[in-house]
Amino acid sequence: MPLSSVQTSTRIPPKWWFACAGAVVVTILLGVCIGAVGISPKQTALELLSHLPGLSIHSNLDETDSAIIWDLRLPRVVLALVVGSMLATAGSAYQGTFRNPLADPYLLGVSAGAGLGATVEIVVFESPVRWSLPVAAFIGALIAVSLTYALGSSSIAGRSASSLVLAGVAVAALLTAAQTLVQQRNSDKVREVYAWILGRLAVAGWSDLALVAPYVVVCTVVLLRYRRVLDVFAVGDEEATTLGLPVARARAVIILAASLGTAAAVAVTGLIGFVGIIVPHTIRLIAGNSYRRLLPLSIVFGGVFLVLADIIARTAMSPEEIPIGVVTALIGAPFFLYILAARKEGSLV
Amino acid sequence: MNTVLTSTAMRIENLGVRIGNRQIVQDVSLEISSGDWVCVIGPNGAGKSSLLKAIAGILPSAGTIQVNDFDLSTLSHRDRACWIAYVAQAPVIPPGMTVFDYVMLGRTAHLKLLASESDFDLEMTNYVLTELGLSEFATRQVASLSGGERQRVTIARALAQASPIVLLDEPTSALDIGFQQEVLTLINALRKEKKIAVISTMHDLTTSGIYPDRLVLMAQGQVQVSGSAIEVLTEANISAHYGANVRIINDLGRPIVVPTDF
Repeated sequence: MPLSSVQTSTRIPPKWWFACAGAVVVTILLGVCIGAVGISPKQTALELLSHLPGLSIHSNLDETDSAIIWDLRLPRVVLALVVGSMLATAGSAYQGTFRNPLADPYLLGVSAGAGLGATVEIVVFESPVRWSLPVAAFIGALIAVSLTYALGSSSIAGRSASSLVLAGVAVAALLTAAQTLVQQRNSDKVREVYAWILGRLAVAGWSDLALVAPYVVVCTVVLLRYRRVLDVFAVGDEEATTLGLPVARARAVIILAASLGTAAAVAVTGLIGFVGIIVPHTIRLIAGNSYRRLLPLSIVFGGVFLVLADIIARTAMSPEEIPIGVVTALIGAPFFLYILAARKEGSLV
Repeated sequence: MNTVLTSTAMRIENLGVRIGNRQIVQDVSLEISSGDWVCVIGPNGAGKSSLLKAIAGILPSAGTIQVNDFDLSTLSHRDRACWIAYVAQAPVIPPGMTVFDYVMLGRTAHLKLLASESDFDLEMTNYVLTELGLSEFATRQVASLSGGERQRVTIARALAQASPIVLLDEPTSALDIGFQQEVLTLINALRKEKKIAVISTMHDLTTSGIYPDRLVLMAQGQVQVSGSAIEVLTEANISAHYGANVRIINDLGRPIVVPTDF
């Protein structure tokens, strides 16, 4: 049989990658040049390029503008890229392994668990170097996802889409209540905790990025390698087992990676919901349901989405900033309802 | 792993399945050689599906299952899948998945956990699709196919798995008589051509007497009778285990089971 007739429908066509790269570049430019102090896209591009080694380009920006770009906006944009792609990738991975279109770090209670962990950490430790924040958030996230999965799958109805999400809502409510309790008992930290809960990307330059990036990179690489396995999960645990998939082990690794990545992201930026639902579902509409496409594209467009959402957060009510978590929820909640309404029996699972 | 069967393909001895404190399957022993088709029949709740699931490795079981004189329980799920393919009674049809992708899932056992499919896997998938006349459906969604086409696609997945033993749980239960015949003819041709050992369950007694070499009648978790269709499909057996009044018409050596009202 000639190789040319071999179907390769699930691989991402090369020209898509150019489109992805283009989208990322344009988004970064937009994110950097839009703000209280307007800097033209051309100047921004020149300034960014001038720092590339081997290029002798000069942007003629004064020191203030240069500092705005390098110390304020670029770290923020890159953080949004990294966190957005992690949340979208984790959302895709949860949806695949739970066979549930509504699974999202936020809705599974993972974010609330990470929030509780992080709040406890903020309250207990005073240390300025916050390496323990992602760890605390991770422990919280893992407890939450275990609780949700145990409750959602132990119901007699089995693992239907709604039972898992309902369990997630209950777990999230419980952990959020616990988190509020911890927070109220330590009222001196309320402002810090509260700002964190609403989600924020306005952070201290590059250091927060350095904190979250290693976790995100590792977790994303792990999840990316499981993209074919996520397609096998689609036939259910029993059939996947007879196809030769070590179901329990693969699911454990995927949940661990998605939860650790989410926890690290949440630890730095606070609770940003719905990215893991909006982005993968939009991609599904265009590129189909295979995780071999969905996962790489989620990595790209999760980041793009969050940068764009952040631009809205910074500019919509300028000079006031809307918390990024509020923006994603304002977009995401109607989107969630749309999915719920459009979902015929099993059509999106 | 070289998964070629010697003449006695699979030997099951004293297989038992317990769920909670209910004994679903008890002391089932059977042998099957490559190219054989053994069909398990029996009333609802007899344990037919559980037997198949135990052989497939998705229900824990007591007793031994041997292939080529070694014990299947010592194998990983992946190695076991290289020996045994399983088509569920109501296979999960993943929404949005194309026929090509679905059939390629059969290659899972031949890939390392984190490996991507190779060109060989793609070609194998194409080969199976061509052989079952499914090429034109390759880019269609499985969910959009008719019942008969879907069943061919699930069989294609089992073939792509390239296992010498295939388990089919009620392969025709959701099909009308035309599609039933089409699917059964296909299975019959494939097992002869590729020397696949087939164990199926089936509901329709007359049909079960046509293609399989051997029938195993199960009731209450145990094998009651086994042998050729003529030996198993008797008025007495069916009355005893199904509680049904039937008349058997012998049509040139093939029993036809006709319900009667007395």
